[in-house]
Parts: sequence; C-alpha cells; structure tokens
Amino acid sequence: MRVNVTVNGEHRQADNVWEGESLLYVLRERLGLPGSKNACEQGECGSCTVYLDGVPACACLVAAGQAEGREVRTVEGLAEGDELDPVQESFVECGAVQCGFCTPGLLVAAHDLIERTGQPSDTEIREALAGNLCRCTGYEKILDAVKHAAARKAEVSR
Amino acid sequence: MNPTRSPQQLEDTITGGIGESPLRPDGVLKVRGEFAYSSDLWHEDMLWGATLRSPHPHALITGIDTAAALAVPGVHAVLTHEDVPGENVYGLKYQDTPVLAADRVRYQGEPVAILAADHPEIARQALKEIVVHYQVLEPITDPERAAHDTTLPKLHPDGNLVRYQRIVRGDPDAEADVVVSGVYEIGMQDQAFLGPESGLAIPADDGGVDLYLATQWLHVDQKQTAKALGLPLEKVRLTLSGVGGAFGGREDLSMQIHSCLLALRTGRPVKMVYNREESFFGHVHRHPAKMYYEHGATADGDLVYVRARLYFDGGAYASKTPVVVGNGTTLSVGPYNVPNAKIEGWGVYSNNPTCGAMRGLGAVQPTYAYESQMDKLAAALGMDPAELRIRNAMSEGSTNVTGQVIDFPAPVAELVQRVRDMPLPPDRRSSSVDIRELPGGASNTTHGEGVVRGVGYGVTIKNISYAEGLDDYSTARVRLEVLGGEPVAMVHTAAAEVGQGLVTLQQQIARTELGVPRVTVHPADTSVGDAGSSSASRQTYITGGAVRNACLAVAERVFARAARRLGRSPEGMALSGGKIVASDGEVLAALADILGDEAIEETREYHHRPTYPLDPETGQGDAHVQYGFSAHRAVVDVDTELGLVKVVQLDCAQDVGKAMNPDAVIAQIQGGSAQGLGLAVMEEIQVAGGKVRNPSFTDYLIPTVLDMPPMRIDVLERADPHAPYGVRGVGEPPTISATPAIANAIRAATGLDLPRVPIRPEHITGT
Repeated sequence: MRVNVTVNGEHRQADNVWEGESLLYVLRERLGLPGSKNACEQGECGSCTVYLDGVPACACLVAAGQAEGREVRTVEGLAEGDELDPVQESFVECGAVQCGFCTPGLLVAAHDLIERTGQPSDTEIREALAGNLCRCTGYEKILDAVKHAAARKAEVSR
Repeated sequence: MNPTRSPQQLEDTITGGIGESPLRPDGVLKVRGEFAYSSDLWHEDMLWGATLRSPHPHALITGIDTAAALAVPGVHAVLTHEDVPGENVYGLKYQDTPVLAADRVRYQGEPVAILAADHPEIARQALKEIVVHYQVLEPITDPERAAHDTTLPKLHPDGNLVRYQRIVRGDPDAEADVVVSGVYEIGMQDQAFLGPESGLAIPADDGGVDLYLATQWLHVDQKQTAKALGLPLEKVRLTLSGVGGAFGGREDLSMQIHSCLLALRTGRPVKMVYNREESFFGHVHRHPAKMYYEHGATADGDLVYVRARLYFDGGAYASKTPVVVGNGTTLSVGPYNVPNAKIEGWGVYSNNPTCGAMRGLGAVQPTYAYESQMDKLAAALGMDPAELRIRNAMSEGSTNVTGQVIDFPAPVAELVQRVRDMPLPPDRRSSSVDIRELPGGASNTTHGEGVVRGVGYGVTIKNISYAEGLDDYSTARVRLEVLGGEPVAMVHTAAAEVGQGLVTLQQQIARTELGVPRVTVHPADTSVGDAGSSSASRQTYITGGAVRNACLAVAERVFARAARRLGRSPEGMALSGGKIVASDGEVLAALADILGDEAIEETREYHHRPTYPLDPETGQGDAHVQYGFSAHRAVVDVDTELGLVKVVQLDCAQDVGKAMNPDAVIAQIQGGSAQGLGLAVMEEIQVAGGKVRNPSFTDYLIPTVLDMPPMRIDVLERADPHAPYGVRGVGEPPTISATPAIANAIRAATGLDLPRVPIRPEHITGT
C-alpha cells in the first residue's frame, strides 16, 4: 500500500508498504528518519516516541496505515534548523545523554510535558517520563535536564 | 561500498581538559536523532538477515531441511552449520560455542540456521519454513548438581565443570567466638541495553567483508569472525557504529559471524537487527549463583575467618565463566581484613541460558552474600553494621585473601563513614505524606499503614582491568597537524564508546597533553591496533594511558623539531594554548609554525603492570592490578502487607583515584546504582526447566524514573600511584554495592531473612 504522511512539516509518501509495518519502520527504513529508536518495539520503553497529530505516541504501536494523512513530528523535527530546542540543549548540557538510545523518545516526551505544563514539578516529571526507560543514566541528570529546559523555555517566552 | 549511514568523525568546538567536565562530542548528534547506531545503518540494496533459534534447551539435531525456506520469494540464502567455511566454533576464553548448531543444541535460543531476505517480515516468515528435526533431551538445570554429579550427561567433552578455584589463607579450620552462616541466591540479571544487537555486513571486492556494528571489543570480534569465515584477519574489517549501551552484554558474539556469512554468500550488504525478544536469547546474562557462607569473628567484632562455597551457573557455553569464578573467589571476602579463609568456587555448564559478562563481573554475587553476612554478624555481635564494616575495613598495606599486598590507597573505612554521616531523609511520619511517594506510588495502594522504614549498607571491592596474568593493553594513534591555520589533534583508537563517555575523555587527554583546543576523534575500527574491551572498568585506565603515551611521543617530536628550528635544547619545553613554551613560561613558537605542512603522528601502547595466575591449590597470587571501592547506604520504605518496596534514598561514596571528568563520574555512579537497585528488587530473567519465561520489557522489569530515588554522592580522589593520572576504574563498583545496601535495608525494615535477590513481594509477605 501507499502511505501519505506529513513528517516534520513536510509531505512524505512511502510506496510498497506492507500492511503489517509500523509507523516506526516506515519512518526509519522507508523515509530515512532513524532518529526514533527501535529498542523494544512493543510500547514498553518509549524510545520511539513521536508526536502523532500533536500527541505523543509510541511509533512502534502505530500501524503504518493508521498514520495515513496525519501529522508526525519526530526528534528530527524538534530543532529549528541549526537551532536546537531548549530540551535538546538541556539534555546535552546537563549530561542527560550517555549512550543516547533512549534520548529521542525522552526528548519528545519531555518536550510535550513542558508544552503542556510550563514548569513541571519533580513528581510531574517522574510521572510523565515513567514510560521511557533509560539504562545508562539513573535518570537523575534527565530530571535536571527537564527542569533546566522548562526554566529556559519560561525565560524565552517571558 | 560504504553504508549510506555510517559512523561519524567527532569534530567539536568543545573545550576542557582533564579534571573538567566538557560536554560529549557526540551529544548534539544524539539529541538531533542523527547519530548512527548500529540498527540505523542502511545500504541501498541491502538484505535483512534473520536467525532460526532452538525452541529446546537440550536436544539432538537429527536433520535440517532448508529447501522450503529457500523457495520463499524474496529469500536469497539459507545457511546452516554446513555453510560455515572456517571453524564452526568460537568463544572468548574457551572455543566451545558453535556458530550454528550442528548435531546438538544446549540452550533455548541457540542459533541453528540463518537466512537473508528482501524484507524483515519475509525473513521472519521464511524462518518458519525451515524444518529442524530434534530429539528432545532432559535439560541439566541445577548448577550445584552439575558441579558434583558425575552421572549427569556431559554437555561438553570435558564434562560440566568450566572452572573450579580454591583459595586457602591462614588456617582454613580456624575457630571463632561468634559464628554466622547463610545460604544466598541471586537470580539471572540481564544487561538490558536499549540498542538491540545489530549491524551491517558489506561484502568487499577482495573477497573479504566490512562489518559495521555495535560491540565492546572490535579486535576480539574480528579474530573470532575471521576464523569462522576462513579468512585472513585483514580481510575482515570492523568499524564501530553507534552503540546503544553494553554493560558486558556485547562482549560475546551475536550477529557478527552470521551477518558476514550471509553477505559473503549473497554478495549483498546484509543488515541484522534483533528484536527485543531475540535480544534476550541473543546475548549472555549475569551468572545466577548459589552461595554458602560462614563468617567467624571475635566477641569484639574482628573477623577471624570466612568459609564459602560459591556456585556460578554459566549455562550452555563457557563465555566469561572462568573469569567469573576467578573474580568471584578472589573478591569473595570483600574489602575486609580476613586472616583465615577457605573459599571454593565452581563455574558450571548447564542447559540454562549462557551467562557471561555483566557490569560488576563476578563481584556482584559474593558482595550480596558477604554484605548480607556482615549485617547478620553485626546483629549477632550487637554492633552497629557500619561500625563492624569500619572495624574490619582493609586499607593501604593490607594483605588480601590471595596474599596480595594492597600497595595503593584503599579508603574503605572512610567510604563507609562518609555514607553513614550523610543526612537521612526526613521521617515519613513527621512530614505530610504524598501517597505518590509511598510504595506502590500513584497506584494508591497504601496511605502509609503497614509501611516500615529501614536503613542498610553495602560495601564492595572490584578488580579493575583484566587479571590473572593477561597482558591487558591498548593502542592509540595520535596525529597533530595544521588544518585551516590551527593545530588540530586527531585521536584514533579501536576502543568502543558504548555510552560511558570515552570519546570525551580521549579529547580531554589530547587537549591537556598537546595544549591544543581542537581535537577530533576518529571512528573506532580495526585499522589501528587493539584497544581491548570496553569492560572491567578499564578503558579510562588503559586506553587513557595509551592516548597519553601517544600524545607524549608526538610532543617529544614537536620539541625536537622546535629545538632544531630555534637552535636550543628541547629541555623543559611544554605545549600550551597552541604554543610551545619554555619552563619559565616564555612563548618560544606557535605550534602551527613548527608543524607547518608536516603532520606528526605516533602510535603507542599502554600495558598495565603484570598480574599473575592464581596457584591452583591455594589460590594465592597477585591476580589483580587495581581495585575500585564503593559504599552505599540505602533507605527504604516497605509495605509489609503488599510486599512493595520504595527505595527512598540511595547514597554512595566512591574512590575514583582521579575524577578525569567529574560529571561523567557522577553519571556512572547514578547509572550503576540504578542497575544495582534493579537487581535488588525487580530484575530477573526467570528460567524454568531451561526455558526463559519473560523475554520482553513487559515482563523483565528495569527501573524507571519512578523507581530511582534521589542520591547523594561523595567522590574521593585518592590517586593510585601506579595508574595513569592516578585513575581508578569507576564504572562497576556502584552497581555492586547498591544491591546489598537495598537488600540489607529491606531486612532492617522487616526483620526478614530474605536470602535471595531480587526480593519479590511474595518474599516479604510470605505468600
């Protein structure tokens, strides 16, 4: 089948898509966007989190056909050209990136949290990121990064 | 042919030398989603490889029929053991692991056949068309029996014992005033790195193959792969791609040989990516263990003896089992002065999943046992548990259980004092309770009734680098040249960046030693000398040492060239800020001028000082080159009605010799502690009758951000005079000491014996 989807603001088309393919597979293997990661491919780790029509979703659990005509924003679409989003900047600066495999999914989840709440509390951050596994960091620096990003965004919008 | 997506040269505009915390040079690529991990590699006409695995833990293979699979449209090759052109066997320590099973399978998930197809789903479907005839056999699953029962079938020609090691020190039959004993068990933990086993093999025009992959040790993979392919080493070239975590789980081969076999057979690039379930079958795990311990002490609390018997279940193949037995026995009494000891360790073959390297290799198991014993002993003596540990702590000048004199700082007592003296979290009863903070969290399972609090300690000693006489070394190539008018250093090693931050460290060393702000890191590959493995907490020590040596050699040539040009002695010259300066600080020349168009390049190795094998009878010997030490204190809340545990606080003090990158050190301690927490309360591959019951992230639980408590961390820097920059390996100790601290805290809260980790709700509720 053919799948039409808007990815990071750009209309994209994938041909010869097998019905069983996930949105994650289409993004990674057909559209050349490997940023969303394939860690568990069963919705448990959050590494493939993308915005689907503005709502975070595990791309591995979305059938390719379900994405037809919809809008997807991936980690590759967070930055404005060369300018990183404050969430991305904060993850680098706070040392929240080690192997980095969980990072793309965490960035989308954290980006969404800050968009929704502005300046989330510790407990809110923990609840919001509980679906994103990280095996390297022990999460402390990720918490730092999200708080830092929220503060930075608040400053920019002031 | 190069892959369309491939490993990147890391050029950066970051500054920062040794002792500072510069940012990772790969950080921006990673947050942009542009960093090429091994599962991201891509080639225009690539095929997808897949593996058929045994459903049985133990069976004879009486026939394999691949015709139907090969007939599936889109399938390009189906291979069995008969198609392995070289030796159908590999292994890290012993050559006992088949590339593809021939006449017998020894564990559930053992690879039997491989194929390549146009689409991963075609590959998966075609696997079902391969017909394997099995004669199912009774699996051997009890490691203690495997060690002693000679009537059991032999899984390997020499029997079911991989290694036995005995350590006898002082009077093995010594007696003591106070004696405590216990039998401890530890479940099978998984590395659970997030990036799945994956890579891309590309056939080359010379009949060889180029393999881009995630691994911990390129050269050892290269050797094993070349041997199986029947190719000379130089025709099997490996390049490291992005690695999504490792923790020991990438030391053994997974898809390396298989992808190359398929690429060479089909003449096309072949990508292999395991899914999560396959990943659980495709790599080795931490050895489960059963440990019998007896501690004797004087009435004042001085350790008199330790006697222990340790059984490590290595599963189907040897992998790192010999090393686990070596580490497990030599570290079996912990960081304590023990004058008399009798220790025995067995590592065995069974039909359980193969076990090998995981963070804390061989030290995790005994630390859980002896730290449990230390608390039991403290209770028997009526002593404070921290005080008992401090009283018996080894220190510089101590002699350990293998007779080795500790000729470097060993601030064990200070580490315990430091975690003991950290402030405790506020008493839950005295503050208002947010139920999200209680055991069970937002599930609202309790409002605090039946919740009890406990505090526990865990202290460990871990050997750093490879041991028992191995020549453990690394190689670094450093090139200094002028690019765009600026002096630039390039560091090239084969050392694997697996997430720990080695690429940052290599830059820090080159910036410091060569006094240049711009340093690039070349992708790690096999075109430069061996760097050894990214394991055993050794890369900062060993590859760091090699990078320093290469930098010093480059600097020496710079000084010689400058001396000739300037007509003065090279004596006292130094490199700083892109300049050559004299000992009094006078600027002698710009580095760029001295270099001109002529680059200077040097390759150097670093070898740590020799270690020695253990005496087979007495287990005495200077087996280890260095030790790392850490101490944890855990505070837990336990819901005794539902058996739920909330770790409230987890504090750590660790000696790192020299904090080369302080932020990265903290991150290692935080991440390592999380893995130790996982082993204490949730992480276990559950195996029944040799079969894995939970090969998924749904059923194998790793800590989330809700499970990790805040941590206070105290980093000591007691330089090791024998190590480059005084460093002490950092990565493993925090994983090891976190587990017993939490287990001891749960015991302190509940008064239960809890002789097994992970501690499950039913262990607490007794249901």
